[in-house]
Amino acid sequence: MTDPSTLPKMTGRGTPGPAPAALEIVHLSHSYGARPALRNVSFSVRPASFCILLGLNGAGKSTLFSLITRLYAAPPGTIRIFGFDVNMTPSAALRQLGVVFQARTLDLDLTVRQNLLYHASLHGISAKEALLSSQIVLERTGMSGHLDERVRTLSGGQIRRIEIARALLHHPPLLLLDEATAGLDIKARADILAHVRYLVAEAGVGVLWATHLIDEVTPADDVVVIHAGRILDQGLASEVTARAGAAEIGTAFTSLVSVARKESP
Amino acid sequence: MTSAGLTEPLDRNFRQDFGVVQYARCFKGIVWRETLRFLHQRERFVSALVRPLVWLFIFAAGFRSVLGVSIIPPYETYVLYEDYITPGLMAMITLFSGMQTSLSMVYDREMGNMRSLLVSPFPRWFLLVSKLIAGTLVAAIQVYAFLLIAYFWEIEPPSPFGYLSVLPAVLLVGLMLGALGMLLSSLIKQLENFAGIMNFVNFPMFFASSALYPLWRVREGSPWLAYICELNPFTHAVELIRFAFYEQVNLLALGVVLGATLFFLIGAIVAYDPSRGMLQRREGP
Repeated sequence: MTDPSTLPKMTGRGTPGPAPAALEIVHLSHSYGARPALRNVSFSVRPASFCILLGLNGAGKSTLFSLITRLYAAPPGTIRIFGFDVNMTPSAALRQLGVVFQARTLDLDLTVRQNLLYHASLHGISAKEALLSSQIVLERTGMSGHLDERVRTLSGGQIRRIEIARALLHHPPLLLLDEATAGLDIKARADILAHVRYLVAEAGVGVLWATHLIDEVTPADDVVVIHAGRILDQGLASEVTARAGAAEIGTAFTSLVSVARKESP
Repeated sequence: MTSAGLTEPLDRNFRQDFGVVQYARCFKGIVWRETLRFLHQRERFVSALVRPLVWLFIFAAGFRSVLGVSIIPPYETYVLYEDYITPGLMAMITLFSGMQTSLSMVYDREMGNMRSLLVSPFPRWFLLVSKLIAGTLVAAIQVYAFLLIAYFWEIEPPSPFGYLSVLPAVLLVGLMLGALGMLLSSLIKQLENFAGIMNFVNFPMFFASSALYPLWRVREGSPWLAYICELNPFTHAVELIRFAFYEQVNLLALGVVLGATLFFLIGAIVAYDPSRGMLQRREGP
């Protein structure tokens, strides 16, 4: 993870400069009416890295995702995806992005194939290209035999895998996953996490993985700890742990959140 | 998966803007999805047909002798009451289809499907217009299925060309009512509130129009109600279809329907613009 202020900036309408961050968020704030949801949030995600956005439910993770994907717009602050400003050049920015939202977004009444083709069309991809592209991901996740099944008949873990395959259809260099393993059993969680880590290592996809599950963090991961819309700490998980004077990231997280609650209950 | 598998198309996506081909694919995908959803919901198709057929075969038969229709344009002779209300029922199908668009958008928003549409890199106005056109085509299919059944009861236009000349009118009315449905969907917070649309929009629009009775009849009973009917864009939608079915153009109706379509569509696009925060108001805590 890098300090956003040191990152190269984009000029004009998205001509990329040298090695922009996969995701760069600078001084981002947002509120629901009078209730602040994000306060002056800044962090970045390096290309081809796995970054965990760690926070309790209601910490602001989903709000952040809605802002990055432009479901909500024009907040104070800046969001750049590979240098493309989400509000200034939304089309170019969104093209770099694959998203798996916390809420399931597949059409339950359509088959897996129909869902994939629909998503492909929303990115201007031909059916042939989409099926070829999804074949690799579906085989890797063991879902290639389910193409003609209705989504309604699949398990929660299978739906998540399909959603990940769908998010990768247009070959985005950045993948956002919001609580992608929530509600899944241990094996399904482990499989999905392993698959996403594989994408980072082997395919060079940058990942922002939002979760409240401590056991999904390894010491080598980049971590952004968020609580009540504020970033409490960020860096390598091992560094965050050390700074908090804890033995492992779980204790460090609890300690950081406790201090934040005392400061602003 | 290999890294090459990702970087090759990535480079293309990274640099190029979307061209006509990509826009066409996106449009086709949205139309295809709406059609599939319609075909999967057979009960929706059946109920969309049963509603006007009940009006045609039961209501019209019962009221044939009560509600007389004088010779008014576009009719050149006395017509049966069934003939009179057929254009109104065609408009009724598009009205309920438009509200189905509204329901479908609220449902998609609650189920999360709307997010996949709105995070597409295509301009939001294009996505909404494509969805609107898709809904209109589905409505047109229902109208022609209704006309096919009506044909076997000898309810038909004066010449077969009427089936063709009414198509642009049906499509335009479908766009108007679909855009209205889209605009309304931005105002509905929850799926449960959708019943209000039926009570406060569908029924008043339908009954305060020339769908079931000519306006001169209404004026006889209540001049102010006739005035409301004249202001109702659905009245003009019915008249546009009625005249087109008889291979004629009602310019006033055409103007009103075009204007209302534009008004509702711009309203819907503004309502769904992220900076307006509609989704945020609906989804935020």
